[in-house]
Parts: sequence; C-alpha cells; structure tokens
Amino acid sequence: MNFKTIFKKLMAERMAFVSLIFLLILVIVAITAPYIVPHDPLKQDLTKVMLPPSAEHWLGTDELGRDIFSRLLMGTQSAIKAGLFAILIPLCIGVPMGIISGYLGGIVDDIFMRIVDGIIAIPAILLALGITGALGISLWNAMIAIGIVFTPQFARLARGQTLQVRSEPYVEAAKISGAGPIWTMVKHIIPNIAPPIVVQASFNLSYAILVEASLSFLGMGAQSPEISWGNMIQQAYSMINMNPWMIIYPGLAIMLTVLAGNFLGDGLRSALDPKVKKA
Amino acid sequence: MTAQPLVSLKNVKKYFPVGSGLFGKKDQFVKAVDGVTLDIYSGETVGLVGESGCGKSTTGRMVVGLSEPTDGEIYFEGKKLSSYKNKKALGKNLQMIFQDPYSSLNPRMKVADIIAEPLVLHRAGTKKEIRKRVDELLERVGLASYHGDRYPSEFSGGQRQRLGIARALALEPKLIVCDEPVSALDVSIQAQILNLLKEIQKDMGLSYLFIAHGIQAVKHISDKIAVMYLGKIVEFADKEELFENPKHPYTQALLSAVPQPDPKLRDRERIILKGDLPSPANPPAGCSFHTRCPFAMEQCKSIRPELMPTSEKSYAACLLYDEKRKAN
Repeated sequence: MNFKTIFKKLMAERMAFVSLIFLLILVIVAITAPYIVPHDPLKQDLTKVMLPPSAEHWLGTDELGRDIFSRLLMGTQSAIKAGLFAILIPLCIGVPMGIISGYLGGIVDDIFMRIVDGIIAIPAILLALGITGALGISLWNAMIAIGIVFTPQFARLARGQTLQVRSEPYVEAAKISGAGPIWTMVKHIIPNIAPPIVVQASFNLSYAILVEASLSFLGMGAQSPEISWGNMIQQAYSMINMNPWMIIYPGLAIMLTVLAGNFLGDGLRSALDPKVKKA
Repeated sequence: MTAQPLVSLKNVKKYFPVGSGLFGKKDQFVKAVDGVTLDIYSGETVGLVGESGCGKSTTGRMVVGLSEPTDGEIYFEGKKLSSYKNKKALGKNLQMIFQDPYSSLNPRMKVADIIAEPLVLHRAGTKKEIRKRVDELLERVGLASYHGDRYPSEFSGGQRQRLGIARALALEPKLIVCDEPVSALDVSIQAQILNLLKEIQKDMGLSYLFIAHGIQAVKHISDKIAVMYLGKIVEFADKEELFENPKHPYTQALLSAVPQPDPKLRDRERIILKGDLPSPANPPAGCSFHTRCPFAMEQCKSIRPELMPTSEKSYAACLLYDEKRKAN
C-alpha cells in the first residue's frame, strides 16, 4: 500500500475529508492569525464593552471591549501548538521507547514498561496539573505536560505492535541475512507499526487541545495576555449571567476541533487498514 | 561418503523453559529438539518429516542461526556455527524459505527492495548492479523484471513463494532450509514450486533441508529422509529405502497413512496409532514412542534407543533392530 491509495481511501470518507480540510484551515489560521485579525485582539476599548455581534465586531466584544472574533483567531495558535506538541513529544520519546522495549525485551522492557505503568496509574489531568505546577505556569509548560501525559500510551502501543512485527518471518529473513537491530527497526518495524500510531496521534491531537483548554481554564495554561480558548471560556464563565453567548464561541471552537480530530482518526483507521477495501 | 558434510548437526538439543516469570521456577523445559544428529552433504536434499510440534521447524531455525541450540553443536563446512562472530558470513551460505508466503514478505516494501535486502546488507554492489541482479533473480523464479516495482499484496500465494525463493537465492547460498514451503499453497501450485526448487538445485548445486509434515510431500524432492518424533530422529534413510522398507514402527505408521490412489491396493494393512502425542515437556521414559508403538516391549519403557544402522542406507532408533543386531 502506498501513500496515494491511502490518501484516496481517506478522501472517500466524507467526514474524514471535511475534518481534514477543517484542521488544515485551523493550521493556516494559526500561522497567519496576527495578520488576518480584523482588530487587535489585545486592544481594550472600554466604551464598547460586551457588544452583541455587529458588522464591525462579528462576534461582539468581551467585558473589556476586545474583539471576540480576533481573540478566537489568535486562540487557534495555542490550540494548534498544544496539539502538535502533545503529539511530537510522545512520538519522539514514547514511540522509540516502545520499539526498543518491544524489540529487545528482557530487563530493558521490564524497566521501561514499569515506568510507563507508573505514569499511567496517575489520572491524566492530575498529572498534567502536577507537571505544570512543578515546571511553572505557562502555555509552554502545559504543552510539555500534555506531551508527557500522552507518552505512555504511545510507548505501550509501539511496544505491542513491535512485539507482533518482531516475530514476523520477514524480520527473521532479514536476520538470517545479517540485519542488525537498527536496520530491522528502520526498515521493517517502523513502517509496519506506523499506521496504528498515526491513528492514535490523530485522536490525541484533539484530546490534547481539550486538555490544553482545560488547563488554561483552570489557570494552569496560557496566561493573559496569551490567548487560549480555555482562558476565553474562563473569562466568559464569570460573565455567564450577563452575557451567556460569550462562552459559546470558544466552546464551539473546541468542540468542532475535537470532533474533527476524532473523525480524522476514524477515517485514517479505515484508510490504513489493508482489509478495508474501498477507494 | 567420505566427503565432509556441508552441514552437520551433532547431538543438537533445544529446550524451552516453561512457567518462567518473576518468581516462576525455570526447572521445567519443553524438549523441542532432544539430541538430533544429522549430516547434510553438498547438493543433496534431506527431507525432515514429523507431526506438528515434533521439533522439525526448531531444527531448521537452528541451522540458519535464528535460534541457538541449548546443547550440542551445528557445524557448517566443519566450523562451529557458534564460532561465527558475524552472522553475515552465515547468511551468505545458509538461507531459509518460510511456510507462510504472506507474512514472509514485508507488506510495505517493494518486491525489488525485498529481494535486494540480502544484497544490500552484504554490500554486494552498486544500486544498479543490485537492481540487475534482482531482475535476474526474478526471472530465475519465473517472474519478470517489472514485478519488482510492485508490492507483495499484488501477488498470489504461489508468486509470493517464488519471491521468497528469489530472496533466499540472492546471495547464492549453499544450503536453503525450506520450512514447509508448499504446505500453505494450493495443490496445483505445490508441484510448480517443488519443480522450481529442483531446477534451481540442478543449476546451482545447492542443498536443501526440506521440512514438511507429510511424508508424501518430501518424496518428490528428497534424496534422504529423516523422520522426527518428539524431538528425536527415529529413522534416517535414503528415500527409496525408506519408502520400500521402512524400519521404525513410526515410519511404518506414517507410510500406511498415505492415501492410496489405486483402489486395488487399498486393502493393505493400515497401522493406526493409538493415543495422542505425549507432551514434549514430559516425554515418556525410555523410547519416547513406546506409548503408541504397536510393537512396544517391556524394555522400551526404560531403554532409550540410539540411532544405529539397520541396513546399508538406513538408520533407525528402535530396540527391535538393536535386539537383532545383538543376535547376529
């Protein structure tokens, strides 16, 4: 199976296709946000507080007179950063750990997997809170925390898949011809364990955005003046009696992004499964 | 034969521990291979037959170095396999063809890369030279050069097995261990693959250790046949001798189980073995076959028979022949 057929299969799944487009737009918005925002998202205008949506302020203004639409656009930066980081850290640490653990087995496996068990035993949000607490409160540290929280899942997944692939006859054939561990891992194990990891990464992308928003909501993530959907919700939450719709925009943004990540994950799962044949 | 055997197994044993774990005792073992002695000479095919779990595949895996013997030694051209520090030197001479044509080819590699893998690992030339060699190999096994750009999933079972053969041939080995290479294929394809293996042997003069679970499957290709039961070789003989004059009761039972196409010959005596294969973790004392042997005697329960010559071209491990020998 090559990249082209996988892409074709993915595009055939309507929800996955829409989700992919949505996420791509989010990424573009995140990159270009400082240039496309209609108003300065940090500029306060106390004469225009809590305005309803209008032609000038598409989604209205908040309690300090800042343009909500501009803030929402800027907030995608935190979300995308958190999502990417939360995947990059486990991909760079968890996956190699899992592959080495599964390939070598024995004492290395025991040590790695007991560490992983230990991390998994702590509830994810509690661990993330603990890590940000220890490292200091900032968006950056929150992202590191989310990355660490996700690492064990990836390590376990990679290990399980490696165990399966390790004993495949094609790996043994390579061993007979004198292939060393590095060759085997790069040529045989990684390409064959990649699909489930890609799927897991896609699911985690949305979960990471959710965790980032939660941390920011709790005041452990992005700090003002940094903008995150999470702290937008927190602000709006204190105004919920006077201005209930303010909370809807960032909430909707989070919900749609999480849904998109999940649909994309579902689509990828069936696109990467060689048993599902439709294109 | 006075020549040095190409590969020689001397009292090779492989025990797998059972019930291991953090606190598990490691004093129980599955005796997968329990003292196998076998010589394979250059250019010949030795068939290795036995029922599932008798240790024939484990034996094959040890010959190619995928698994280390617990005890005993395997020699390649007189040199101990365990003395080879670099596995590459062995891979050049000892290769393997696997049973399952589906899992033996990496689904995410192109066919040309799969066949080239041994060559690349052995740095057998430039990219162009390797590709040229891959094309030759593809043609050798009855495929074409353009097949190299495809993925294994685009091939049928028989074609995949041809690809496996091409990969095994890439380094021009002296021995190929064929681990039930046709048992996963359609009967119509089996003969094609067997003929291909025979042709290649004639051209390149290599040896095969041909593992199969049916005695009929190895008849076509083997020069000599070794019959395994519970980790031991119970009979080793030239093919004709084994089929015409089987010595060991187990071999006799196996041969009598071969379906007979000629109805007129069907009234021959059928030896049906009673009971199940005993567990290799706890094999019977004495001759391991005595629990199912129709000719079992009292001594069989205590004396373990060794493989000894029963005629010019056959060896059997059975007390029946030991007694005769003593009488003579």
